[in-house]
Amino acid sequence: MFSGEYYSPIRKETVKNIPASILKNMYITMARIRKVDEKIADFVAQKKIICPCHLYIGQEAVATGVCANLKKQDYVYSTHRSHGHYIAKGGDIKAMMAEIFGKETGCSRGNGGSMHLVAPELGFPGSSAIVAGTIPIAVGTALAFSIQGSENVSVAFFGDGAATEGVFYESLNFAALKKLPVVFVCENNFYSTHMHISAIQSNIEIYKKAEAFNMRAMRIDGNNVVDVYNTAREAVEDARAGRGPTLIECTTYRWRGHVGPNWDVEKSLRSQEEVDSWVNNCGMKRIEGLLLEMGIMSDSEKKEINEKIISEIEEAVRFVQASPFPSAEEYKENVFK
Amino acid sequence: MRKLKYSEAINEALHQMLSTDQRVFLIGQGVISPWYVGTTTQGLYDKFGGQRIIDTPVSENAITGAAIGAALAGLRPIVEHPRMDFMYLAMDQIANHAANWYFMFGYKVSVPMTIWGIINRGGEQAAQHSQALQAMFTHIPGLKVVMPSTPYDAKGLLAASVQDDNPVLFIDDRWLYEIVGEVPEELYTVPIGEGVIRKSGSDVTLITSSYVVHPSLKAASLLEKSGIDVEIVDLRSLKPMDTTLFLESVKRTGRAVIVDGGWKTCGVASEISAIITENIFGYLKSPILRVTLPDTPAPASSALEKEYYITEQDIIHAVRKVVKFECEDTVQTKSYDNKNIL
Repeated sequence: MFSGEYYSPIRKETVKNIPASILKNMYITMARIRKVDEKIADFVAQKKIICPCHLYIGQEAVATGVCANLKKQDYVYSTHRSHGHYIAKGGDIKAMMAEIFGKETGCSRGNGGSMHLVAPELGFPGSSAIVAGTIPIAVGTALAFSIQGSENVSVAFFGDGAATEGVFYESLNFAALKKLPVVFVCENNFYSTHMHISAIQSNIEIYKKAEAFNMRAMRIDGNNVVDVYNTAREAVEDARAGRGPTLIECTTYRWRGHVGPNWDVEKSLRSQEEVDSWVNNCGMKRIEGLLLEMGIMSDSEKKEINEKIISEIEEAVRFVQASPFPSAEEYKENVFK
Repeated sequence: MRKLKYSEAINEALHQMLSTDQRVFLIGQGVISPWYVGTTTQGLYDKFGGQRIIDTPVSENAITGAAIGAALAGLRPIVEHPRMDFMYLAMDQIANHAANWYFMFGYKVSVPMTIWGIINRGGEQAAQHSQALQAMFTHIPGLKVVMPSTPYDAKGLLAASVQDDNPVLFIDDRWLYEIVGEVPEELYTVPIGEGVIRKSGSDVTLITSSYVVHPSLKAASLLEKSGIDVEIVDLRSLKPMDTTLFLESVKRTGRAVIVDGGWKTCGVASEISAIITENIFGYLKSPILRVTLPDTPAPASSALEKEYYITEQDIIHAVRKVVKFECEDTVQTKSYDNKNIL
């Protein structure tokens, strides 16, 4: 699966209705996700992080473009590959890094680790390591929103592998049947751990599976953050207006392996050419180029943004170093609220 | 006090909770059916409508997950499973998600959800329409499990489950539906984690819960005639479990028989037996016995069902055995001969 097959360039006319501030913020979010995960990749490689980390590098445009349409009170549910969704919904990097290092100051007090990030005050009630596990939960939140008569929206992020779980289909059926305000965002990165999608799915167009439930569904270039933003905007508006759910299949690529910092080329799971084709079509570079070209961001601003992110990460690392580990007394006493 | 059937007590609790708490809603298979869940959901749909009384497709895992998501958004869902057997299909959402959530996310978010699991067996329904799976669920950290045996406790424990901030499995046994007992008209709660002594006695403690409390009571009254004084502890909650109540009782009687309507191996009875030996071994006058289902699937034929399910005779037999043990062992110092125990 080479990038070219799925590549759709950012077209000028798709940008004109998006405020410059949103475009710039999306770039900042993508750069933050990228740099945080690259730092984590280094720590894992150095064995300073023990916790398994499923890195989001290469997929930043999906979480960013979707979450840019959401309000704080909208809920986002995530997966084992949770870093990008957490950051895109506004999650605190210090609390996330501390969690991954198993510290008491972590967002889940060291009980969750990389796969279980949480920020309830920001509409990020949790991420599950069970594939497809949060899809029905997102549907239930949408059900609650509809019972409560609120205009909030619930979003489920999941990978292509989730489309081979039964609960995915149960959830699509129920959400479409009840016209619930939920947006399903499938990040199709073409690999379910070591397995290529074509080896495990009889139909690799995941959006067509949602169409079978009479649901609006489409496939877009998930590395084109502008397309993600515009498509999600429509889906979110439909959900808010009571027009029911949408499934957006975003084709994308995780640059690193399923888990950890390696590239999966060294173990012959995929070719260097394939990886290069996606790295060369990097979603972050595409929005960066557009912002520079349109004059929304200058070179010096870009430098400033990136320096700020680096110092933010350095501060988070210092915070982690200064944080204690959780106490052994606490965890046994807190199984129930 | 006014008397109600067990099934009427559940129905009344549902009506009252839906009336008084806008956060409560009911979702599950058969909740608008006149027969699917017995009569326990009667009148709910007419009164509260399809927004809050939601009958569902046969999608146990997704519907249970949906209840979790609704709880995370501030509601108090009751997710109903008309047969516990089908809850295996929802195991992922119950065990991996609902039960872990509060702990896994650093005590920040809890899942205030009631899972209403119904045991529906007998009548030649066979292995997949018969199961009492309390042990499976009691094993899981983060999930509370309650199992009422009386109309009073059915109403009070259902209300307590809904008011609890954690996921609670409320196990409801349809063999209890016709049992009549005193039930206050107002809404009240029975505290989760508190057992009760149904009958005081001095010779042996019967530790039990849910439906098998009733054959235990019958057995106790029959044994009384032969001079064996049985104390009956109704656990009411399996997690958290009122261990103090039964440990104190066994300390007094020195003997324990555990009656549980599930299977023997790694069952609730095994756990209770272990708790007793770990804590008060020195008080025991005889080995602990377990009265449970045999380790087999439920058979269909009524001839076999009679043999399969626990009767008061099974309980009497076990009680006599633990009493006899001491009798044989210490026959020189204590004489039960005149009590005509065998």
